[in-house]
Amino acid sequence: MSDQLIIAGRSFNSRLMVGTGKFSSHAAMVAAMEQSGSDIVTVALRRVDIDNPDDDMLSHIDRNRYLLLPNTSGARNAEEAVRLARLARAAGCEPWIKLEVTPDPYYLLPDPIETLKAAEILVKEGFNVLPYINADPVLAKHLQEAGTVTVMPLGAPIGTNKGVRTREQIAIIIQQAIVPVVVDAGLGAPSHAAEAMEMGADAVLVNTALAVARDPGAMAAAFKKGVEAGREAYLAGLGEQRDTAEASSPLTGFLRS
Amino acid sequence: MATMTLTVNGEPRELKAGTDLAQLLQQMQLNADCVAVECNHLILERETFATTTLNDGDSLEVVQFVGGG
Repeated sequence: MSDQLIIAGRSFNSRLMVGTGKFSSHAAMVAAMEQSGSDIVTVALRRVDIDNPDDDMLSHIDRNRYLLLPNTSGARNAEEAVRLARLARAAGCEPWIKLEVTPDPYYLLPDPIETLKAAEILVKEGFNVLPYINADPVLAKHLQEAGTVTVMPLGAPIGTNKGVRTREQIAIIIQQAIVPVVVDAGLGAPSHAAEAMEMGADAVLVNTALAVARDPGAMAAAFKKGVEAGREAYLAGLGEQRDTAEASSPLTGFLRS
Repeated sequence: MATMTLTVNGEPRELKAGTDLAQLLQQMQLNADCVAVECNHLILERETFATTTLNDGDSLEVVQFVGGG
C-alpha cells in the first residue's frame, strides 16, 4: 500500500480510528472495529468498580491487530492527564496517548493551556502524544513544536454528530501542519468524514456515530467508505469552487436556424 | 488474626496483615495483567505486585480499561 498514514514513524493502512465507548455490547463494539478496517482503537481508563467488576474489555480486542490508544478522558487538568497516561502505560499499553483535558462536562471542550502543559511533560517522558484540541491553529502549532505526533482538532463537540463545524479553522491547521491532522469528535455521518478527508485531513476518529447506530458494524463499513472516498478525492485533486457557471458542454455548434 | 485497614478505590477494606498486592487482586477477582495500581499515589509496576506488601493505612487506586473515544 502506497498511501499509508504514518504517525511517529509507524505506518497504518487505515485512516479511520475508532473509539470503543458507548456500545451496547462487546459484540457491537467488535463488529464496528472489524468493519471499520481500523488499525487504531481508543480506550479509556477508569477505577475498577469493586462491587461489580466488569469483564475485561481488552479480552475482546486483538492486540496484534489494533494499536490500543488509551485516552486521558476524565482528566480536568494537566496533572490528572499525566497521571492517567502513566497509569495506561503501567497497565501494559505502548506509550501512545490520546491526550484529552476537558474540565467542562457540558460541552467537553478541551482546555488548551492544560493540554499544552501535559503534552510538554508527556513528550519528555517518551510518550507519543496525540492531543485532542479545539480547532485552534495557534495551539496546534505550539503542540507540534512541543513534539506531539499528531494534532486532533474537533469538528464539533464530542458526541454531537454535527459534522465539520470548524471547517475554516481546520483548513488552516492542515495547511500549517508538520504532523498528521486527525479530525476527532462530532463526526456523525460518513459524509462528514469524507468532508474532513477531502479537505486534506490525514485521518478521522469516530465513536458515537458508530456506537449509537442501529447497526454499528454496518455504520462502520459506511464510514470506511466515506473516509476512503474523501481521501481518494483529495489525492485526485478537487476542482475549485466558483461563483459563476462554467459550462461543461461546448458553447458552440448549436442547431439554430 | 491481625488485620489492617486500607483504602481501595475510595472505600475502606479490611485485610489480613501481611497480604501482598497480588493476593489482594486475587481476592478482588481481578486479573493482574489487566489493571494498573497506584499505592499512595505511586504507580506500581506489574512485576512487583507479588512482592509488594501492603500496610495499614495504604491508599490504593486500581484502574482498568473501559470503552472510550
